[in-house]
Amino acid sequence: MNTIKINIVSASEEIYSGEATMVYATGSLGEIGIAPGHTQLLTGLAPGPVRVQNGKDEEAFFCSGGFLEVQPDLVTVLSDTAERADSLDEAEAIKAKEAAEQSLADKDSTIDYAKAAAQLAEAVARLKTIQKLRKNQ
Amino acid sequence: MANTKEVRKQISSIKSTQKITSAMEMVAASKMKKTQDTMLEGRPYSLKIKDLIAHIASANSEYSHPFCEERKAKKACFIVVSSDKGLCGGLNINLFKQVISKSAELNKNGIESCFALIGTKASVFFKSVGGQIVGVAEKLGDKPNPDDLIGLTKIVLDMHKSEDIDEAYLCSNIFVNTMTQQPNIDQLIPLVPQDGDDLISTHWDYIYEPEAKDLLDGLLTRYIESLVYQSVVENSACEQAAKMIAMKNATDNAGDLIKELELLYNNVRQAAITQELSEIVGGAAAV
Repeated sequence: MNTIKINIVSASEEIYSGEATMVYATGSLGEIGIAPGHTQLLTGLAPGPVRVQNGKDEEAFFCSGGFLEVQPDLVTVLSDTAERADSLDEAEAIKAKEAAEQSLADKDSTIDYAKAAAQLAEAVARLKTIQKLRKNQ
Repeated sequence: MANTKEVRKQISSIKSTQKITSAMEMVAASKMKKTQDTMLEGRPYSLKIKDLIAHIASANSEYSHPFCEERKAKKACFIVVSSDKGLCGGLNINLFKQVISKSAELNKNGIESCFALIGTKASVFFKSVGGQIVGVAEKLGDKPNPDDLIGLTKIVLDMHKSEDIDEAYLCSNIFVNTMTQQPNIDQLIPLVPQDGDDLISTHWDYIYEPEAKDLLDGLLTRYIESLVYQSVVENSACEQAAKMIAMKNATDNAGDLIKELELLYNNVRQAAITQELSEIVGGAAAV
């Protein structure tokens, strides 16, 4: 079967390196799927899951933003922070989401609006990753 | 000739100094392991982003980024990475010497210099030398946080955007091994195209999502931030290694000194005993 090489790295560590038959990621303009032999593509990443499919196996990672490069035989994900989806904790994610919503609602809050909105977006994306993963199981 | 009490005092003072230096040596050794791990953890990202930048340089993009363009240089900015604490041998001063000579060389060609400094040692040194300082980041600790460096990097990039500077150099120590650290100056802006891996040499370009300009702006900024961060982490590994070696030398030297002083002490003591004996013998003979 045709495969494409995939590397996922974050600023502090190498997260994943291997072969894949299909890669799904959340680009800044929407979700994209990458099959082997894809044309060269350079895109930003929005907070969300990156899924790596190899035959029947699938692994999911959470990226809070970064860049994605595609060469016909190579996918590189440069993530700001990435974690394996198994290590994501739903309770923590919900807590982060609530905290972000609260600081959005609280007008006197010292956190500025843009920062709070970004935090909320990240928390929601984290939750989505977890929930998607649950469904697959 | 010195008396025994004086020599004994000297020996005990050197011994306590030796205790301190050997403790510092051990602290540096354990920190060195940690800083080396941090340095290695960051490597995959910086290697991958380097590859990516090489790909971009070989792509035939319709958009050319200001960081890649060479313009007539009038002013250059040096980002100098140093340690916060001293007692690490010639690590910092060797680097500063190179920076100064490079800046003098540029000056000959009519290019002025300014400095963006990371680490207390650099800020103290360049304040005393008297150069134009545009930004300082100090007290980053043993595990530097990328966020602490973004501000400094931004100052330099903004100055480039507003054409206050035309070139930027990154000056830091390279970790060769525990015994050797190499001062090094790299050109950051304009970006020097690196030799990428063997890519298709035919005419090709990326599909950019969204616009090429926004994407490359973000990516190149991230690239430079990652280079600066990696050099800070590497420099801190260098610092601990150099400190360990410096402290080991100090401990060894203290040991040598103590040996010499103990010999002197024994000589003095023996001389005193001999003198006393000869006085007693002399006294007995007189009676």
